Amino acid sequence: MTEHNQNGLGVLVFAEQDEGKLADVSLELLSKARELADRLGKKVGAVLPGHNVGDLAGTLIAHGADVVFVADDPALAHYTTVPYAQVVSRTVKDSDPEVVLFGASLVGRDLAPRVASRLRTGLTADCTDLQIGDFSDKSGSYTNLLHQIRPAFGGNIIATIVTPNHRPQMATVREGVMQLRPGDPSRTGEVKKIDAGLDGAEELVRIIERFKAEKKVNLKGASIIISGGAGVGSKDGFELIRELAHVLGGKVGASRAAVDSGYIAKEHQVGQTGTTVRPKVYIACGISGQVQHRVGMHESSKIIAINSDPGAPIFSIAHYGIVGDLFEVIPALIEAYKQK
Amino acid sequence: MSYKIVVLAKQVPDTQNITVEAMKEDGTVNRSALPAILNPEDLNALEMALDVKEKYGGHVTVLTMGPPPAAEVARQCLMRGADDAALICDRRAAVADTLATAYTLSCAISTIGKFDLLFAGRQAIDGDTAQVGPQLAGKLDIPQITYVEEIRKIDGRTIEARRNIEGGYEVVQAQLPVLLTVVDTANEPRPAAAKLMMQYKKARTPSEVSRAAGEEDAPKEIERLKKRGLLIKEWSIDDIGADEKQCGHVGSPTKVMKIESVVLTAGEFKNIEPTHEGLSGLIRELVDDHVLG
Repeated sequence: MTEHNQNGLGVLVFAEQDEGKLADVSLELLSKARELADRLGKKVGAVLPGHNVGDLAGTLIAHGADVVFVADDPALAHYTTVPYAQVVSRTVKDSDPEVVLFGASLVGRDLAPRVASRLRTGLTADCTDLQIGDFSDKSGSYTNLLHQIRPAFGGNIIATIVTPNHRPQMATVREGVMQLRPGDPSRTGEVKKIDAGLDGAEELVRIIERFKAEKKVNLKGASIIISGGAGVGSKDGFELIRELAHVLGGKVGASRAAVDSGYIAKEHQVGQTGTTVRPKVYIACGISGQVQHRVGMHESSKIIAINSDPGAPIFSIAHYGIVGDLFEVIPALIEAYKQK
Repeated sequence: MSYKIVVLAKQVPDTQNITVEAMKEDGTVNRSALPAILNPEDLNALEMALDVKEKYGGHVTVLTMGPPPAAEVARQCLMRGADDAALICDRRAAVADTLATAYTLSCAISTIGKFDLLFAGRQAIDGDTAQVGPQLAGKLDIPQITYVEEIRKIDGRTIEARRNIEGGYEVVQAQLPVLLTVVDTANEPRPAAAKLMMQYKKARTPSEVSRAAGEEDAPKEIERLKKRGLLIKEWSIDDIGADEKQCGHVGSPTKVMKIESVVLTAGEFKNIEPTHEGLSGLIRELVDDHVLG
């Protein structure tokens, strides 16, 4: 790795918050950042723009930050692109990190490209894994580069991307793919207040109305998920999926086909364009198992597939396969569980 | 008030509908066998642009970049109501990452001239990055509104739009010029209009004309198409004043180190009979493994 930043940070994480609540993905990233920075023998920073958010710095430190840069300003109360991009870009310039990470949330995917454009560096979207490793090509050999690993082509390939000659190396990372570890309240770190340094750009886009519902479905943290696909056949059919979920104490998921058919709300969707999950048990009912679905759930500890088509691709990643009509299998499964 | 509108459109392989013909024996996808289509959300962007034109008046230019066959994207947009189209076609701009792409597009937009509204689809289905829009807005130093569902109104130089946020929406007000990225739930894109289809199926880029008519007859034919409004502009990076070092593979900070086809397998597999004994055995096994309570 280039030796330009002896005193710079190893990894800087964008700490995303809304109304004083940190996004889970930012905490997930801090754990990963800690791991990467330890490999590089360097520190982890977090940049926290917002208003009245100073209290959150302790949480960021507990999850792995050595230093937290807090930009507190009424104009930063809600996320808008340009002011946040200014704060993050300036923090990058001042702290000189090797790597900058953002959650691939709606906010992160709006902000990170703007920052990368400003800093004229590379950015890889929606990574599902990050590693430190080597790289060589015609232009030379590099050590300790960030390997940015992401699915592409609708999930049909996994690409490893590197940014050999530009700094920082930037990536957005999918929510839920890095583990959210409990924080360590005994960790210590430094909190630095930084000037928001807004120059009128905050006037360019104004939020005039805002509606936000409390998230009703939290699949990310679920340890048991029962998912239905096209084979469930109707909205009513999902009642059976719900019943199994209720009996086992799990959450209800769905494939894109079921969501697109209007059987169930989008927030239940698992997969490439939905939520990435890794429960202890994943029961796929009437899901054929398109690759776009499989990439979102294949890390589940135990996968049980129920499908009437023995040739369905879902069986290729299942630990247990039950070939049969889900409307007969599920009631029998509920019965068997109740009698255990 | 008449608005000058630019819509970005991209030709992509159809990764959402993988045909049996495109599957290889090892269960991976032969990407070159996928049909080339107009990126779905770019159609939503075009629809929103055409809607603005119809409500408030304006002129819609479509800008695309790609190899010569990408001219098809321009034709498809013209057939839906775009006023004119340009294709950036230059080997030196190929194999670009999102930063180099945004740079090249920014040069083409400067060539087009002053604009009020710049529309793009939220993301393209080949890379799903959603980065080029915001990076382009950054290069042009204009505000951006991403994930747009609806334009509430445009009043002089002020636009009001509803955009998606995590778990809800917000309505924002911005000053023109602005870049908007549009999501697939925003609208139902119109199909090609029969009359426009008849007219614009003959639209060509200069290099398409040269290939078909031969070098000698090309200039005359190009002139004829231009007069009839059927010439799709075709630009090299020199035509748009772009710096070669910032374009294409050379200008891309990110490099693809390796690509692996996804083959997901579980390891051991157990077939369970859908009988009471089979299912009870499964439940017992899961309880013993502490995955079920």
